[in-house]
Amino acid sequence: MKFGVVTFPGSNCDEDMVYVLEEMLGQKVERLWHKDTDLKGVDFVVLPGGFSYGDYLRSGAIAKLSPIMGEVIKHANKGGYVMGICNGFQILTESGLLPGALLHNDTQKFICKNVHLKPVSDTAAITKGLDKSKAYQIPIAHGEGRYFADDETIKKLQENDQILFTYVNENGEENENSNPNGSLLNIAGITNEGKNVFGMMPHPERAADNALANLDGKLIFESILKYC
Amino acid sequence: MRFKAEIDVMPLDALLDPQGKAVTNGMKNIGLSEIDGVRIGRHIRLFIESNSEAEAKEKVEQACKKLLANQIMESYAYSIEKA
Repeated sequence: MKFGVVTFPGSNCDEDMVYVLEEMLGQKVERLWHKDTDLKGVDFVVLPGGFSYGDYLRSGAIAKLSPIMGEVIKHANKGGYVMGICNGFQILTESGLLPGALLHNDTQKFICKNVHLKPVSDTAAITKGLDKSKAYQIPIAHGEGRYFADDETIKKLQENDQILFTYVNENGEENENSNPNGSLLNIAGITNEGKNVFGMMPHPERAADNALANLDGKLIFESILKYC
Repeated sequence: MRFKAEIDVMPLDALLDPQGKAVTNGMKNIGLSEIDGVRIGRHIRLFIESNSEAEAKEKVEQACKKLLANQIMESYAYSIEKA
């Protein structure tokens, strides 16, 4: 599988993402620029974290208008795989590829720390290979990660098995205290109806190198490689 | 003709507005505990070249729906006048 990592002005996790895919997972990666209008034949597009366009107007609101996003949307609508991490997730909700929105954290603070995630979806490629009874330690780093959607959307996400990850404590228990940002139902990541677009606030690429003493993020990418 | 639009984008009433909440608490600290319910949005001013006010309004509607407001979390209101 050939991956494409998009760089927007203000992206700052793009190099980490390329490093993990190439060096840790041995994958072929194309670097894509926000002004490109060609996905260069990639199978799987990654929108990395950062502060695209300085988070002007709303996080992800300007990035959705960049030339590359027109191609990313076409790719997703044809069933192609797209993953957005942190700011990438915000871009996916702003562009309508994923339902809902990401609001300011309920604490009004930027939160940068390790959290634990429980994989939820049995059918999405990104969680299929994970152990549902395990709490995966993955870092978050965001000011606007409070997942919100109306009741009808939340119901659909549940019915269609579209919730990818929820925030839990280290014992895997999901409660108010394990919710870092006030997300509805502790939601940390979701997928679309077609299960080819993935969005998550936590950063698996920051937990995929043994030098960082945490390989839980690598397991998430390995699930993608196995089932996509 | 040239028109001027004054647009307010506000967080939906049903949503927690942590900025507004923090500022409400700040009011107490400056001795204005009578003030509550602060909600913080965004004010946008822009100009439109258009043949009629109706057409200008239509352009502003499109701008709000497609870019200036995210209706999942925000509402918008505006006024238009000749510039």
